[in-house]
Amino acid sequence: MIPINWYLILSAVLFLIGVLGFFTKRNVIALLLSLEIMLNAVNLTFVAFSTQHRQISGQVFVFFVLVVAASEAAVGLALVIAMFRNRESLNVDRSNLLKW
Amino acid sequence: MIQLVFLLFAAVAAGAAINVLIQKHVLYSALSLILMLTAMSILFIFLRAEFLAMIQIIVYAGAIMVLFVFVIMLLNLPADEDGVDQLRWLKFIGIPLGLFFLFFVLATLWNVEAPPASGTALNGSPRAIGESLFTDYLLPFEVTSLLILIALVGAVVFAKKDL
Repeated sequence: MIPINWYLILSAVLFLIGVLGFFTKRNVIALLLSLEIMLNAVNLTFVAFSTQHRQISGQVFVFFVLVVAASEAAVGLALVIAMFRNRESLNVDRSNLLKW
Repeated sequence: MIQLVFLLFAAVAAGAAINVLIQKHVLYSALSLILMLTAMSILFIFLRAEFLAMIQIIVYAGAIMVLFVFVIMLLNLPADEDGVDQLRWLKFIGIPLGLFFLFFVLATLWNVEAPPASGTALNGSPRAIGESLFTDYLLPFEVTSLLILIALVGAVVFAKKDL
């Protein structure tokens, strides 16, 4: 049997990769993809603890996280389309209208 | 033996996630993320969460990532449009700090002793999840449908040309 530590370590690594991507990439779609990596890392933690503690609640929470991820992807990509239509670029550094 | 298979798919997931970051074109990043999601669903099978493994492939890789790829192809993006990166120096500070943080997290997780599992073995069948979803989590389930409705309306409003 695989110890739960391994899952938690993999989850931490994936979450850190997602955070690094979120802070270093400049493309809006790349930021959304990094967000998906982070959500998946959290999902892995939920499922690992669900199996460890023999409770189904963790898996139900993964279900809800999935629904939120789907909603976020739909709204985020609609925003990406609106942003691209307005300024012909997806670079987040260029959308600095509200920046003082 | 099963540890080797786990390590193989963990390596695939981590490698694909790193590949998401180093690809120049965002389409290749999206395709690499699909590989990561597939490896992750196999890890879910290791954890005996069969329903979530299927959902992971069907909803994440099949619906959400297709939406991403669809939008990327619709916008017809250039390969990389980065001009001058105003936050370039952040990479040289952020990556060492991130690795530093990761080192401490790993050192903590490596030494932790997991308590032995108690109770009967769990199976993540659709039946078990459905029973929990429609009894204990009925209210969050209904609120979720409201969330999806709001997201649907919001996406249409944002993407519409002139409203």
